[in-house]
Amino acid sequence: MFRLVDIAPPLVWQVFRRNFTVYRRTWMVSMSFNFIEPLLYLAAMGIGLGGYVSSMEGMPYLNFLAPGLTVSSAMFAAAYECTYGSYVRMEYQKIYDAIIATPASAGDVVLGDMLWGSFKSLLYGSVILLVILVLGLVQSPWALLVPPVLWLAGLTFAAMSMAWIGLVPNIDSFNYYFSLIVTPLFLLSGIFFPLTGLAAPVLAIAWFSPLYHAVQVVRSLVNGNVSPALWGDVLWLAVATLVLVPLALRLMHKLLVK
Amino acid sequence: MHTEPVIEACDLVKQYKGITAVAGVDFQVCRGECFGLLGPNGAGKSSTVKMIYCFSPVTGGTIKVLGMDVREQPRQIKARLGVVAQENNLDPELTVMQNLLSYAGFYGIPPDAARQRAQELLNFFELADRAGQKVDTLSGGMKRKLTIARGLINNPDILILDEPTTGLDPQARHMVWQRLNNLRDRGVTLLLTTHYLDEAHQLCDRLVIMYGGKILEQGTPHELVAKHIGSEVVEVGRGSAEAGSIIGQVAQLIRGHLVVGDILYLYPVDGRELMRELGRLRLTRLSLRPGTLEDVFLKLTGKGLGEV
Repeated sequence: MFRLVDIAPPLVWQVFRRNFTVYRRTWMVSMSFNFIEPLLYLAAMGIGLGGYVSSMEGMPYLNFLAPGLTVSSAMFAAAYECTYGSYVRMEYQKIYDAIIATPASAGDVVLGDMLWGSFKSLLYGSVILLVILVLGLVQSPWALLVPPVLWLAGLTFAAMSMAWIGLVPNIDSFNYYFSLIVTPLFLLSGIFFPLTGLAAPVLAIAWFSPLYHAVQVVRSLVNGNVSPALWGDVLWLAVATLVLVPLALRLMHKLLVK
Repeated sequence: MHTEPVIEACDLVKQYKGITAVAGVDFQVCRGECFGLLGPNGAGKSSTVKMIYCFSPVTGGTIKVLGMDVREQPRQIKARLGVVAQENNLDPELTVMQNLLSYAGFYGIPPDAARQRAQELLNFFELADRAGQKVDTLSGGMKRKLTIARGLINNPDILILDEPTTGLDPQARHMVWQRLNNLRDRGVTLLLTTHYLDEAHQLCDRLVIMYGGKILEQGTPHELVAKHIGSEVVEVGRGSAEAGSIIGQVAQLIRGHLVVGDILYLYPVDGRELMRELGRLRLTRLSLRPGTLEDVFLKLTGKGLGEV
């Protein structure tokens, strides 16, 4: 499963560049829509619910909530890009086939698409970070380290989503992916409430959520609440990425090379 | 003239999930020729070319392209091929020019050279005035030409075309044939698959007839027709007449025959003489025409290309 896949970095970059060329034409629209959802959560939950919650883990609820929404925004960006986006390119537009007929390998195409998904995570998460900065919800210059964390988490989600395509290559299956995996992660990874009060088995499950670890790190950076313990979460994400990326490459290789 | 082989397939086999698509084929394509794989849908043509352009792994046997083994040097091989796949796989989100430039990137062509090459190709395919348009706005014929142009962006040694004119209207087909003939005249080696006999006849210097994953016959179109059919064919709509009795009465005048449904195909030694004789037998639905590859295919398989 972890056998090395044939990868040529310059060609991976060409795949990324192709996606970027397309995105350049539509980025305004797609980015503005991506804005709206986290802002709605911030307003409805942060301000609405926040009116009833005096503080969460010793901070105003809005300050607790806002950093997590940068990470969920990043997660959704990669999850959409590397399910619907990649699948449409592969199955309907036949762009994967066209590229694999050039010197590029199937691995180059899939890795390029995953890196593209992680780039969108970086971009969309960082935009929300800017918004909460403007709203005065960023407390510490440590927040400068948030974008690399968003990128790493984004690559984890991109690989997870691509692996799903490899397992269930069917556009209808993405509904299940979002309702069975992405949405539960969104709700149960400590974005809206701390997990510390939950029962031990639930906590144990939450530990397997990449989103949980990314939220821990980002919230601490934004609130200037850093400790060496955060390296544990970063390591978790790094290991998850190192497992999921080759897994996704293998599964997609099986799908594409027949 | 055509001596140096650029593609050598040897006992080539392809199986998908236990189904044998290609069952051991051998052929060679020489530099500068247009080589055709002719056969009905499902004959194994596409599977064969997909192995040549290193898209599908080889199950058994070997293929060497430009002296390299497809299993060992797929990237090096692909760098020197151009591929026009059966399904239209242009990038619908890019413009005509961007399609060419984006593809050029995968061959490592520097941007300036790519732009110049792309412009030459757009001129050659009469698409220059469309350069800034999105692919969706092109007609079927223009999309095909753009796909062929894209396949030429790296100045390939061999251009592989899988069913290049399927789905095109007659005018667009002739336009594509014209361009392919031009390319051949310029010395580009062409390998194409087709189930159109007129296309094979128009374009191919040499061809193989594939059926059921095997090669039934190979040669130039002229050789194949001469060998199996002769120069002429007489078609007899026999109605209720017995094929055997008709054949028996003209046996001296024919080299062979074939019965398909209620049509009797006779391969005459001398067409006019046979027609006179058949007229005497009071057969009225008769026609004399030149022999074609379709007749060869019919004779070899007992079926027309359209009915398999």
